[in-house]
Amino acid sequence: MSSAALLSSILFFPCLGALVILFWARISPAMCQKVSLVCSGLVALATFSFLLPGLPWSFAPYEATVQHGFALDWIPSFQIYYYLGLDGISFPLVVLTAGVSFLAIAASGTIKKHAVSYYILILLLITGMLGVFLSLDLFLFYIFWEVVLLPMYFLIGIWGGPRKEYAAIKFFLYTIFGSILMLIALLMLYFASDLTDPRLEEFVKSDTIIQQTVGSQALEGIEARQADDAVQPLHTFNILALQKIGQLTDQFDEPLLWGYSLQWWAFLLLFIGFAIKLPLVPVHTWLPDAHVEAPTPISMILAGVLLKMGGYGLIRICYPICPEAAQWFAYPVAILGVIAMLYGAFAALAQWDFKRLVAYSSVSHMGYVVLGLAVCSVYAGGQVDSQAWAMGMNGAMFQMIAHGISSAGMFFCVGMLYDRVKHRQLDQFGGLFHRMPTFSGLSFGIFFASMGLPGLCGFIGEIFVLLSTWKFSAVLAIVGSLTLLLTAGYILWTLQRVYLGFEYHGPLPEKLSPATKGEISILGVLLAFAILLGIYPQSLFRYMEATVTQTADALAERLSAKEEPDEQQAQLRIDPLEAPADTKTLLVERVQP
Amino acid sequence: MSFYQLIVNAKWESWASTLVYLPEIVLCLTIVILLLLRLPRWGSRISSLGIALVGSVIAFVLSIPFETTAEANPEAATTAQPVSLLQEETSPNPPDIEASSEETKAYKQPGDTIFSGLIVYDGLTIFFRQLLILFVVALLILMGLTGIPDRDSGADVFTLILGATVGFSLMVSSNHLLIAFLGVEMASVPSYVLAGTLKGRRIASEAALKFALYGAGAAGVMLYGMSLMAGALGSAHLPTMAENLAQLTANGVDDRQLVLFLGGLMILVGLAFKLSAFPFHFWCPDVFEGATAEVDAFLSVASKAAAIGLLLRFAIGISGVPGEPIEAPAAVAQATSTEEAKNTFDILAISQTEATSLTFAAQADQEKTKLEEKPVTDPDSSVVPIQDLIVFLIGLMAALTTTFGNLAAYGQTNIKRLMAYSTIAHAGYLMMPVAAAVALLSKDQAGAQEAVASVVVYLIAYFFMNLGVFAIIALLRNRIRSEEIEDYAGIVRESPGLVVCFGILMFSLIGLPPLAGFLGKFWIFAALWEAGLITLLFIGGLNTFFSIFYYLRVLKVMVLSPEPDHRSPAAIPIISWPGLYVAALTVPVAILLVFWEPIRVYSLWAAADLFQ
Repeated sequence: MSSAALLSSILFFPCLGALVILFWARISPAMCQKVSLVCSGLVALATFSFLLPGLPWSFAPYEATVQHGFALDWIPSFQIYYYLGLDGISFPLVVLTAGVSFLAIAASGTIKKHAVSYYILILLLITGMLGVFLSLDLFLFYIFWEVVLLPMYFLIGIWGGPRKEYAAIKFFLYTIFGSILMLIALLMLYFASDLTDPRLEEFVKSDTIIQQTVGSQALEGIEARQADDAVQPLHTFNILALQKIGQLTDQFDEPLLWGYSLQWWAFLLLFIGFAIKLPLVPVHTWLPDAHVEAPTPISMILAGVLLKMGGYGLIRICYPICPEAAQWFAYPVAILGVIAMLYGAFAALAQWDFKRLVAYSSVSHMGYVVLGLAVCSVYAGGQVDSQAWAMGMNGAMFQMIAHGISSAGMFFCVGMLYDRVKHRQLDQFGGLFHRMPTFSGLSFGIFFASMGLPGLCGFIGEIFVLLSTWKFSAVLAIVGSLTLLLTAGYILWTLQRVYLGFEYHGPLPEKLSPATKGEISILGVLLAFAILLGIYPQSLFRYMEATVTQTADALAERLSAKEEPDEQQAQLRIDPLEAPADTKTLLVERVQP
Repeated sequence: MSFYQLIVNAKWESWASTLVYLPEIVLCLTIVILLLLRLPRWGSRISSLGIALVGSVIAFVLSIPFETTAEANPEAATTAQPVSLLQEETSPNPPDIEASSEETKAYKQPGDTIFSGLIVYDGLTIFFRQLLILFVVALLILMGLTGIPDRDSGADVFTLILGATVGFSLMVSSNHLLIAFLGVEMASVPSYVLAGTLKGRRIASEAALKFALYGAGAAGVMLYGMSLMAGALGSAHLPTMAENLAQLTANGVDDRQLVLFLGGLMILVGLAFKLSAFPFHFWCPDVFEGATAEVDAFLSVASKAAAIGLLLRFAIGISGVPGEPIEAPAAVAQATSTEEAKNTFDILAISQTEATSLTFAAQADQEKTKLEEKPVTDPDSSVVPIQDLIVFLIGLMAALTTTFGNLAAYGQTNIKRLMAYSTIAHAGYLMMPVAAAVALLSKDQAGAQEAVASVVVYLIAYFFMNLGVFAIIALLRNRIRSEEIEDYAGIVRESPGLVVCFGILMFSLIGLPPLAGFLGKFWIFAALWEAGLITLLFIGGLNTFFSIFYYLRVLKVMVLSPEPDHRSPAAIPIISWPGLYVAALTVPVAILLVFWEPIRVYSLWAAADLFQ
């Protein structure tokens, strides 16, 4: 089975399910759920089968390169290709997406209103999310990024709580504002990129996808350029090529506006776009509203997968393409990350609404992701310490997966309680342990995983991030560590208020029935993964470590080269801030002959 | 060249021109038939809609260029064999025409001018003509489905629509200011009447009157501007005017500069009125509210397309010449105008004697221009300051128009008024790439071509989006007798298919991927970036953000709000003729992105001739 067929069928299989539901005359809500379950189950099975060794399509661990990569012509005259592939960064997120989506559909039994539209939208949403993680073409990535937006708007806006319209439009406006900035950055990068740069020769020759698409054209251009002939620039949307351009050439260093370079601006615009999705303080305010109003399964997807799109964008696009800007922004970004961690935790402490609390804990946890990525200017012996950075990146990636599991579980717990007693007021719970023992036990596991208890999945990511931060800035690491304390505080306090105590004293006590088998199995699966990742983190690291380390190495190399310029580069690059003047001289040189 | 030969040649030129002008002639014939059919008694039994449809379909078929390979192979253009249909048409020619030289017999190919240089026949003309005629076909079908106009006034309305289309077609292909004015008037006068189609409704009459008054004023200003420019430049033939203007600027500034500036500004006013650009947009919401939704569709798509076509022709025509280097006064003496200039009256000779050697501030722009391959204009040419002025004016107007349109749409409660402001906003988007194209003339020809191509693509997307939205408005009006947004509440429960289509069209109007609107917008933004118009790019992006809210509000009312108590049933199943019509317009919007490559190739082809 070719990669193209395999990945495309995984990607578009949910759409097929949506079509089946659409054209199935007078389908019952239960049947809709069954069809969606089968559909997303098959997708999840297919992605999990990549984990099994020995299959012809299994995903090879400890492998840094793109696997199953393929590109088909889409809009060749704009250098846009249907380019999909898996590597260590995207693969864990694809598996997470498939898994969480399946569980979310399994948890959708309570949705009875407009079931047909609900399941069609959720299946389209799955395609969009998978597409974001699978596509390696920046344009394709952007399309899928936006495709996610529309179903989500309706899923919150139609099936949400009392303030659903407000929450949906807020979510929509925030995200679209970010995506417009992203679109501008995308155009900037595209028009500044040029594959006919001699410094890219090795990459052009070695990359099979480039060879297959624009290879000959690029090589001709390189030869012509080496012979000092005039060449039309060959732009590209290929994310990996853009990364190489950012890391090996100075194409993105040209001054753009107010003395800052093109990559500085591109980084800023992209970062805002991704930070909104992540969400980072101060652009996080859509998240609590969206979470509180969204129905339970949608909250699971929102926290479990959608937030990861922001982190993925940072790791995949923002940092590798704009390394120098990343270094320039290291401290602001790291400080924002720490602020998000602390602010989220404090805000969670202050909540009376159970769901809002979980939402703010998401803000706090995603702060780790940003912090882990930001620690790029760690120096060891005059060199950028790629090891520490790789550690931070690995931690960030691990944190994303771990949070995907634990937050989905937490939202499911909240949803279960809300379905029963129709309220989420923390001060009106208590004593659930007596009434729902199995459920309470599983919830404890999930909440402890979120708290970062050693032995559960939350611990690894947080500790990796904080360790790498220590080398970057001890102050930030110490301040950041306070979050651990606060997290323990709000999680334990929540557990105490909801599950412990003598008896339940809220409304509708008679509705507090024990968890059903379905509910237990959903929570059980999530908890099983939380434990597995906690005690055997290598099960995740083995897939992503190589790619992440390679990315960090490449970036560190670029930044180190910049710190220690050799004779030729000395006059061109002294300081990223003074780049404008240098490039101007370069331009003049080019123009003069 | 003997007198006889002159006649023969002229005749051949006319024949060749007529051949490529057949679509318009067919439209005119259809109009005549429609009018004549009212005379005989049995005439009323023949459906005027049918005749109009047949006529416009024939016109569309004829508008497909018969020598599509010509642009790929310029050598073949002169020797190409015409297809059999055209052979028949040319048979009345006297046989001795064979004796004349090869070139004179050449059939008109895309890129040529026809009717002695009055009209250009190029890729852009072909595109606009196809778009407009196809739109008329689609609109006629819609009118058949909605039953407006009724049987009595059918022939009148169709006559007006076809007549206006001929006018639009003249506008987009004009190479001469008089033709442009003729086209504008020919398009405008039927539009005024169309706005008042609903006889007996006060609001419709008011709309028509308002439209006519505004239109007459704008046309007057435009005509005055044209006469100023033509007087100052000694010609109304666009390429000649451009050459003369370039010479004039090369020689330095003289007293005619102010006249030229005023003239250009006045022409822009006329065009801005047609485009409903800020601050000449006041007629638009009132007219849209008063006219029927079908007419609104016509005004918002066909009229805007034609106006943007004319703006392109004028902006690039007047500044898209190589120009003269400013520091070489010697070049002025031997400056040659284009071939067509020989046909026109040239009074420029006076100006050349009084030329001063003042230099314009073009050198300042030299640093800004990135040296790329094959610019149309040299970066230090005398036309660069003119181009800069045009870019500034159009860019400013585009920014104001889009922003105003989007912000004013917030407060609307009537769907047609809302769509009027949306149309204004989109007119602003459409003007942006025109500015980009002019800005790129001195930098990068390929880039300018891309910018023009982005207009083409945006118009294709806009065609489906706006016609679809107005079709839904018209169909719903027939059911619920209302065009107020609040009366659409909860309509999704009655006709889900229609609302899904409406949603797709709305999201496409916002410009969200993967819908057609995004395709156009992305391309426009790309052109703006390449032209270095970063401010405009940011304004465009910000406006996309502004526009979300009011489009979504309509959708929100349709989907989320509870139904009102009293409303006639609004059910329009998707499996019915009206439903299928809407679906047929929506499907292209949804899947256009997949077929981007052929569209891109087509649009680049359409834009190519403009720069040759």
